Amino acid sequence: MPTMTTEPSVWRDAWVVSAKDLRIEMRSRVVMNQVLPFGLLVLVLFALALGPGRQTLIGAAPGLFWVAVLFSSVLAVQRSFSLESSDGARDGLRLAGLDPAGVFLGKAGAVAAQLGALEVVLGAGVVVLYGADVRSLLGLVAACLVATVGLAAAGTIYGALAAGLRVRETLLPFLLLPVVAPVLLAGTRAWQAALGSPPGAAGGASTGGGDPWMGVLVVFALVYVSLGVLLYGYLEEAA
Amino acid sequence: MVPAVHLRSAIALTGRFPALAGADLVVERGEVVVVEGPNGAGKTTLLRLCAGLMAPGGGKASVLGFDLFKDRGEVRRRVGMLGHASFLYDDMSVTENMRFFARAARLPAGEVEAAGERLGLVGRVGRTMVGRLSAGQRRRVALAVLVARRPELWLLDEPHASLDAATRQLLGILVSEAARAGAAVLIASHEPEASLPLADRLVGMSGGRVVSERLLSAHHDDGAVSAHHDDGAVSVA
Repeated sequence: MPTMTTEPSVWRDAWVVSAKDLRIEMRSRVVMNQVLPFGLLVLVLFALALGPGRQTLIGAAPGLFWVAVLFSSVLAVQRSFSLESSDGARDGLRLAGLDPAGVFLGKAGAVAAQLGALEVVLGAGVVVLYGADVRSLLGLVAACLVATVGLAAAGTIYGALAAGLRVRETLLPFLLLPVVAPVLLAGTRAWQAALGSPPGAAGGASTGGGDPWMGVLVVFALVYVSLGVLLYGYLEEAA
Repeated sequence: MVPAVHLRSAIALTGRFPALAGADLVVERGEVVVVEGPNGAGKTTLLRLCAGLMAPGGGKASVLGFDLFKDRGEVRRRVGMLGHASFLYDDMSVTENMRFFARAARLPAGEVEAAGERLGLVGRVGRTMVGRLSAGQRRRVALAVLVARRPELWLLDEPHASLDAATRQLLGILVSEAARAGAAVLIASHEPEASLPLADRLVGMSGGRVVSERLLSAHHDDGAVSAHHDDGAVSVA
């Protein structure tokens, strides 16, 4: 009595999981109605804290954008795994016969899609609220794309790690934020180059151009996507 | 043919507590076994272990010929479980949930629709968000997913809970059909009366161990008999 008609396919399974998560988000709109306003609120509060000086805001814009993205990504990952915690859905997903690497890529893909949408709005918020000038739209978009892949992959790994624990809501930020610090650093530097922000304005260090920092983002994304594909099955078993 | 379930001195830990403390059990293919016992006897842990949802902590344990220490992923693809939880997503409709699990299990498109029709999950109910369903309706959806998958081992935890009389009757028919088709069925219940008419054997659990076994007269003429395998496991099939 076979229960399968074909061999497992990682990409097919990733699509099935990703479509499921995005369908649920379209219905519940938790990320759009709660996480996105939270990210915008972070931008507004930082603007209030830094005062009305335009140069200060422009200098700080890249760093504040990535801080808002990082905080929002924690919430997006928490939401992604809270879907699996209601009514035993996590066990249902494990029993569904999906390839663990496909589940990882699917969940990370859905988180990345939601983060991408958030970044578009938060990026517009930076331009409007802080009056930042965009010198290289391609540089901004490229940094966002690569950083989003890395953030979603790392978030999905640590989300799975925390998923089985009672203290997952408080543990996840504690685990994830230090790990994604390279994204904050490299994303900020890449954006400083693309926005033409004054050197040292956001953190005291010279920007030194965006390319080396793009390399950091690419390596970060590759490492965490590879780790997730290889280890997600073990994480599911251990959680 | 290897047994559907073969446990010998199987241990399963929840935290540090041995919820299964050396359980011995053999379930043959095509057999329906009811596991009874008080709360905390280890019935649900037994089912979760057999589903590949938890790793054994000791002893020997295999399901459908796959070692539970190494091949739990293979086991999970081949078993179906109806647990206390429905495993469904509240923000998707009944039909969307069934289609998701059908796609995940690579089932032919018509398989899940047929199961849904059989469980009365078509029309308005099919379009309803699972979060708005009653406990009994959720259980019917979970049962439809299980039926569509046609698993080789059915693991049913208190399957009659929350079900109305008609669905209980249908559950009995589905279990009988599955057993006739060669699937093994393991039913856990602390009130086994509803399941006994379906069962070939009644197994008693207490303190994480199998403490009694009884063949049921409706299916066998010899009453209470237990057979002990050379390796220490107990079987009557």
